[in-house]
Amino acid sequence: MTETELLTWVRGPGFQIATIIFVLGIILRLFEILMLGRKANLAEPKGSEMSSGLRTVFSRTIPDASTFKRSAFTVTAGYIFHIGLFVVIFLFAPHILLFKDIIGFGWPALPSTVIDATAVVTIITLVIVLVHRLRDPVKRFLSTFDDYLGWFVTILPLITGYIAFHRIGMSAPSLIAIHILSVELLMVVFPFTKLMHMFTLILARWYNGAISGYRGVQS
Amino acid sequence: MSEPSLPQFNIQIGNDLTWNVQPILHEIRHALRKLLETGESSIIDIRSIPLAPGEEETIIDTLGCGEVHAKLNALGPSEIYETRFAGVWLITHFNEESSIIGRFIEITRFPDILKSQHEDMTIALNQLEQELEHGSLSDQNETDAETNT
Amino acid sequence: MTNDLSRKDKTLGEALRSQGISRRSFLKFCAATASMMALPPSMIPAIANALEKARRPSVIWLSFQECTGCTESLTRAHTATIESLIFDSISLDYHHTLQAAAGHAAEAAREAAMEENNGEYLLVVDGSIPLGNPGYSTIAGISNYDMLMDTARGAAAIISVGTCAAFGGIPHAKPNPTGAVSVGDIIKDKPIINVPGCPPIPVVITGVLTHFLTFGTIPELDNLGRPKTFYGQSIHDRCYRRPFYDKGLFAETFDDEGARLGWCLYKLGCKGPTSYNACATTKWNGGVSFPIEAGHPCLGCSEPDFWDGGGFYKAISMPTENITKTTIYAAAAGVAAGVAVGATGRMKKASASKAHQKVTIDDLEK
Repeated sequence: MTETELLTWVRGPGFQIATIIFVLGIILRLFEILMLGRKANLAEPKGSEMSSGLRTVFSRTIPDASTFKRSAFTVTAGYIFHIGLFVVIFLFAPHILLFKDIIGFGWPALPSTVIDATAVVTIITLVIVLVHRLRDPVKRFLSTFDDYLGWFVTILPLITGYIAFHRIGMSAPSLIAIHILSVELLMVVFPFTKLMHMFTLILARWYNGAISGYRGVQS
Repeated sequence: MSEPSLPQFNIQIGNDLTWNVQPILHEIRHALRKLLETGESSIIDIRSIPLAPGEEETIIDTLGCGEVHAKLNALGPSEIYETRFAGVWLITHFNEESSIIGRFIEITRFPDILKSQHEDMTIALNQLEQELEHGSLSDQNETDAETNT
Repeated sequence: MTNDLSRKDKTLGEALRSQGISRRSFLKFCAATASMMALPPSMIPAIANALEKARRPSVIWLSFQECTGCTESLTRAHTATIESLIFDSISLDYHHTLQAAAGHAAEAAREAAMEENNGEYLLVVDGSIPLGNPGYSTIAGISNYDMLMDTARGAAAIISVGTCAAFGGIPHAKPNPTGAVSVGDIIKDKPIINVPGCPPIPVVITGVLTHFLTFGTIPELDNLGRPKTFYGQSIHDRCYRRPFYDKGLFAETFDDEGARLGWCLYKLGCKGPTSYNACATTKWNGGVSFPIEAGHPCLGCSEPDFWDGGGFYKAISMPTENITKTTIYAAAAGVAAGVAVGATGRMKKASASKAHQKVTIDDLEK
């Protein structure tokens, strides 16, 4: 297969397959969780479930003082790479074109030099986070294949994207095809790993807020 | 040149020299120093460097015009002149339709293409000998030649 | 063309001088050629030396399933002097469009040239070869395939001019009704130089011929068989609008403010980043301009299958299929599957609690 054929495939059928698995998988998993339902709570509600739940979804964005003191490194590094990922994925002009093609509208982009620097910071932070995970005895003990797979499929598009942008090594069509392929790998793996936390975190935070709100306590 | 004018882009606003212009001028500076110190000539192919519309003109305007101007008539016209910087020559080759087919900046005491070539001189000598012996310049036609000049 | 030129024992330098072209003109020609071939100007004396002594090779040009655009590109008036000089310095023994002979005489000329220069002539091909049915494209009753196989036998090297000959081109685009293939798909035992482009820049075609004359060898080729001299850089890497790409300034439509200010054409579908050719430096029409400078995104015409690359006006980062539709269908299927799996989950939960089964760590691992 020539490199042009590969590029045309990943932009065409490859992306379609990845999208199907991605969308179908996420919705399937969410339904799985939600349809299990909860046991009916027969106690008298002392406060509102919904308002406390919704509030908690946003309030948990800021860690409380004791959590931060305990894991300052994890919280800070986590924020850095998550924000970095957001900037690189959603504020880079060629990516915005992709979203515009799918959902019908786009938004302003940041200069590509800013994106480039952010990508570098994000990659470095992800590497540091992995090293920490391997060196901390508790984290290492708790880590499973799922954790390492999630890390790998997240950093791969960043690295291949950086290489494609700077055109290092192979010729351009191959580099871009490999980058798109790495994104497709992320998409097909996503619904079946802990990467689902992108959606389940909303459910988890809501639930924590809801049960506290039901009992009339702060969450 | 009689080419249609391209729409003017606002890429260069003002007199600031932009990306490739300064490096080329510096390259000329280094080449001129080398010529002075070692006598070695250099040549820059200005068409091999990506330049935005207007930048080639900027370089040529900056170099300006000096004391020597020569016109070649070989496979179409060529313009050769020494810029206002002695030792820096601009050579532009045109084809018979007046399109540019080559543009060089030569840093030298005298561009090679202006020199008379050995093979051409050999042919010229043969021709001159022929004409002196048998042709229009021979003794038989001397009177006519004198009257005509 | 004088009779002197047809004498193959003259060197190129001698042939030109006998045509009345002075050595000074010859030097000008070498300078322009060096510029065309993107060789450093310090090499001009060496080029002059080599071309002076070069022998005139015999060239046979076969035109198959093509639009004649490549020949047109080569013979157009603009830089006719240089191209015609190079053309004159080869012995073009066979060319459908340019030759005076026709019919049996033309075919006889081809066969005579092949025999006389066996093992040494250059074979230039433009147009693709249809394998679906030999009758789709024939010359003098001979199918393209047969003529190619016959003529390639004694060739020293083959130059595939144009994207059709190099990669299949337009005929090769979906659904490829004639079964068109490139020269490289058929011939495997001769050196092939691909000079793609739709059409190729004229000086690129002659530059390859000149390379033969100057160095007597095939130029260095990339992984798609294209000379690195002309195809080693992508349009994107030499584009003068690159600063706009880097700064994120794009034209959104063909006539908006950005387009007028000459901003990057990425969003309009420019294939510059994935296309390798000399358009951004050598340019077209004697260096006047090239598509991007004229305000149109690059089509990627020197790449294989550029017709099937998802559309000329779809940016590279955009998928080629309708992903919106795919997403909606996948979502619908996801809901259906989700309801089904969720219902199964509920049933399992109900039966488990009925049987008083304990919750274990494995259940929570989901």
